Order: sequence, then structure tokens, then C-alpha cells
Amino acid sequence: MADETLDASGLNCPLPILKTKKALSKMDAGKILDVISTDAGSVKDIEAFCNQTGNKLISTTEDGGKYIFTIERV
Amino acid sequence: MADKENNKMTIIATKGTFDWAFPPFIIASTGVAMDKEVTIFFTFYGLNLLLKDTSKLRVSPIGNPSMPMKMPFGPKWLQKIDFGPKIPNVLWNIPGAESLVTWLMKKTMAKHGVAKIEELRSMCQEFDVKFIACEMTVELFGFDKADFIDGVEFAGAASYFDEAATGDHHLYM
Repeated sequence: MADETLDASGLNCPLPILKTKKALSKMDAGKILDVISTDAGSVKDIEAFCNQTGNKLISTTEDGGKYIFTIERV
Repeated sequence: MADKENNKMTIIATKGTFDWAFPPFIIASTGVAMDKEVTIFFTFYGLNLLLKDTSKLRVSPIGNPSMPMKMPFGPKWLQKIDFGPKIPNVLWNIPGAESLVTWLMKKTMAKHGVAKIEELRSMCQEFDVKFIACEMTVELFGFDKADFIDGVEFAGAASYFDEAATGDHHLYM
């Protein structure tokens, strides 16, 4: 289960990334954040974000145009 | 992972139209979100992006032949039509045309969940993006420093180079 959930539905690039960054910065290391996004571009972008910031992308799931990213705060 | 020793990024923002206000703020805010240390140097028309009042920023179809022009509302078939190549450029000289096109672009952006300029700009500031306004062009164009948002540094080209001395991302927009 995620410790926090961020709903970025309806938001477009770069807002899902910026809001993810803000949400993670308020969390402690090891905590889990779920990000919900409807922006198809965020699939590649969240991956790139985690790649650059060191946060761990645990899973990406798609459910009817909604993407759910589970990220572990580094 | 980002190299913490060499993570500087600079952008030179030179354009002051509504559409070109977005790229510097989008790239800068995303850069800091991805652990870069970002400075934007605003010069010439780019200074307009730092004004408190952004309502005067306009997008113009004049001399902008690649600009798609689609209706953000109405029936689906209508929204698909790109009026850009269909409307003679001379018509955009009609007073009010720029305001109309800017209004339509704002509507389209809101519909697609694109952030407003002010929102991206304040996020940049919240994330500590450094804003430098070119002192020379502020004087040249007769800008009043009181019209600029808070947190702007006024300096010259040498200060830009000081910021750009390290790092490997330096963009001109």
C-alpha cells in the first residue's frame, strides 16, 4: 500500500513531474508514493524522472487511460 | 543519476510572445525537479516574461506559418479543421485578431491541462530557479523595475557566463 497518493489526472506535461517532485520532497526516504496520471507522456517521463533523481519506480500500471506509478522515495 | 558535481543548467530566454513564454519555464521547472540547478537569463523581448502583469503577452499568427489553428470547442468535425493554412495572413492585421487568437490558445491550453505561465513561473521560483534580467535591455526598452516580479536579479552578460561556467546544458530560446 502506498503511503501517499497524488492525483495528477487531467494535468499535462510538465505538471505531473513537478507535482511528483513536490510530493516526494515532503516524504521520508523509503516511503511509497502512488501517482495517478492521464498524460500518456508521463509513462516515459516518470521513468526518466526516477532515472535521474534516483527514486525507485516500483511499478507502472494502466487502467483505462489512467496510469498509476508507484514510486519509492530514495 | 544526475551528476551532483556538474548539474548546472542555463537558459537564455529571448522571446516575449505568449507561446514562447512556455518553453523556458517548462524546461527550467522540469530541470530543477530532476535535480539540476537552473538559471534563466532573460534578455530583449524575453524580459516580458518576468513582468507581474502577463496579460499583455500575445501570440501572433503573423509570420508564424506553422501555427496550427484549431477551435478548442464546438462539434468534433469543426475542432479537427486547421484554419491556419486556410486564412490569408493579411487578415490577421485586423485590430483585435491577436487578442482573439491568444484567447483561443488559452482556451485550448486549459482544455488540455497545460499550466498557466504564472503557475509555471511561480513553481520555478519555488524550486529556486534563478531569474536574471538583462540590465542593459531593461534600460534600453525603458522597463520599470517595479513592474517585475520579486526575486529577479538584474545583471549583465558576464553574470550569465559566471552561471554557465559549469554544467553541460545551456539552451538558447
